Amino acid sequence: MAIVEARNISKKFAEVTAVEQINLTAEEGEFLVLLGPSGCGKTTLMRMIAGLEQPSAGRIVIGGRDVTDLPPRTRNIAMVFQSYALYPHMTVAGNIAFPLRARGTSKVETAERVTWAARMFDIERLLDRKPRQLSGGERQRVALARAVVRKPEVFLLDEPLSNLDAKLRHSARDELKQFQRNLGTTTLYVTHDQVEAMGLGDRIAVLNQGLVHQIGTPQQVYDRPADIFVATFIGSPPMNLVELDDVVLGFRPESFLPEEVHPAQDGRSRLPFRITRSEYLGADRLVYGVLEPPYPPTHVISKLPTNIRVEVNSGERHDFAVRLADLNRFDRASGRRLAEDGEAASATSDLT
Amino acid sequence: MTGGLARTARRVGRFGLLAGFVGFLAFPFYWMLITTFKTTQDLHNTEYNPYLFHDPPTLEHLRTLFEDTIFLQWLWNTAFVGVLVVIITIVLAVPAGYSLARTTGRWGQTLGVGIFLTYLVPPTILFIPLARVIAWLGLQDSLWSLVLVYPSISVPFCTWLLMGFFKAVPRDLEEAAMLDGLSRLAAFVRVVVPVSIAGILTCVIFTFTLVFQEFVYGVTFITASTNYTVSVGVPTFLVRGDVYFWGSMMAACLIASLPIAVIYNLFVDRFVAGFTAGAVK
Ligand SMILES: Nc1ncnc2c1ncn2[C@@H]1O[C@H](COP(=O)(O)OP(=O)(O)OP(=O)(O)O)[C@@H](O)[C@H]1O
Ligand SMILES: [Mg+2]
Repeated sequence: MAIVEARNISKKFAEVTAVEQINLTAEEGEFLVLLGPSGCGKTTLMRMIAGLEQPSAGRIVIGGRDVTDLPPRTRNIAMVFQSYALYPHMTVAGNIAFPLRARGTSKVETAERVTWAARMFDIERLLDRKPRQLSGGERQRVALARAVVRKPEVFLLDEPLSNLDAKLRHSARDELKQFQRNLGTTTLYVTHDQVEAMGLGDRIAVLNQGLVHQIGTPQQVYDRPADIFVATFIGSPPMNLVELDDVVLGFRPESFLPEEVHPAQDGRSRLPFRITRSEYLGADRLVYGVLEPPYPPTHVISKLPTNIRVEVNSGERHDFAVRLADLNRFDRASGRRLAEDGEAASATSDLT
Repeated sequence: MTGGLARTARRVGRFGLLAGFVGFLAFPFYWMLITTFKTTQDLHNTEYNPYLFHDPPTLEHLRTLFEDTIFLQWLWNTAFVGVLVVIITIVLAVPAGYSLARTTGRWGQTLGVGIFLTYLVPPTILFIPLARVIAWLGLQDSLWSLVLVYPSISVPFCTWLLMGFFKAVPRDLEEAAMLDGLSRLAAFVRVVVPVSIAGILTCVIFTFTLVFQEFVYGVTFITASTNYTVSVGVPTFLVRGDVYFWGSMMAACLIASLPIAVIYNLFVDRFVAGFTAGAVK
């Protein structure tokens, strides 16, 4: 178990800057999720931590040891590739035993550990098969078993669930979290699926275009996004944004509700809303529309739980409201979140 | 009922096609075999059915081959050259193919194409300058001249072939092995090579076959009949003017093709496609 630090890490490929000056620390035993859109540098960052890619600048420190110039095999890291990368010419047992054999572990101990890892992922009956005789879910388990078998200091998981169907993914996510808790191994997990990130992560690092935009608990990232990118990247549908002079107001669709049913009786601000259409999604209704004066005519979305049975019809004007605590304020020029409290209060007076 | 009929028809069609191919491919061997044991008189009489024995089979041609020529010596020479050339080829082409497969960008591509182009220059052009080189090295009339020259054909071809095989091996596999505790070299030896074994065996067989059938260099560089390879010795001794010793020649071909057939059959399951299946995704 070890602390993993990326200190001022950059990586340039010819013209592209894949990773730019990233500082990141995964605490001991932490499950840290790297979340970001495709091509934002998640895999590149992970490969640099693993030692498969040399950073253009910066240091990688694992367990207090600077490993930047050390080859992958000395870092005691286990990685599960997006593709699983099972050795096709070996049986499942051979695959799981491979990291132990490579390190010259004794036969007896190897056999014991393989059994232990196989039992952990419930794949004992598959031990004699070749990878090509396995389903996607089974391959993933084998890849995980191979990763845990030598009890590494750090796990790196690059979108390990992306090849699974929705149902399997759900149960696999659960198991993954469970075994990580049991082993207490520091884990970095790459995904571009925000649901996965929110569900698994102790903390989430949100990346875009090679930069870290925010690192925080799922709740911090969702409720207090550090900037407009994080605010709109996380959440579905994304956060509503309303431009007011040099400030951008942001509020989540689910905190934007008809005034008469709003749970908060005070400390809220009213926003007149003209409804254009609504969608019924089973558990929720999505209501689309445009804000009315005094607000600029901005398209916003409200997410109403179906058990709120207020009539909202297309073409109607209706007063909606947002709790002040649910309002986010961003600087329009930089996109950064503005400091809370004092400023928030003054914004309120403008609003009502 | 009709479904059953259609299925039967499909099976008949499939086996018919298969039988056609098998017949086509096996026919030369059948011809060699029957000619080896036919009397010369049976062979030359146009009235007889050429596909069957008319006179009883004879061992006369085999006797000629083994007693009147030094066929066994030629076979030994060929095997000697063959094994050495295979070793040289594999030792050079495997690392070369791997480096080219993993060199990204323009250089890898250009070098690969360049190497393949050298394979396209035929021995009929190269043997004259190469004869000078061999003379300069003092290797005339020595089997070592062939050991030296044959890799000029086999190495480029095999490098190019292996490049394709290694490119098909996902990089993830080597990287996984490196994280699992191996150096790059060890990862190559223990993961990439076993996974590409079909390509490597193809190179072994290609090279071995090349040595067994090559004629131009063999006839140019070797003069003493004790140093002949099979492909030079057989036509030189079994064609006298316009007299062809068909029976003995076919016997020689049959015997020479046996080792290759044996090697191939040892590894045939390794050639079955989809060997990397299951590695990724
Ligand atoms: N070997 C390489 N050579 C050149 N550019 C590269 C290389 N590897 C990655 N890049 C570039 O670096 C950027 C980041 O790539 P990376 O693979 O880290 O993205 P990612 O966040 O993992 O994306 P995804 O979610 O699609 O896997 C991309 O613009 C990519 O094109
Ligand atoms: Mg990636």
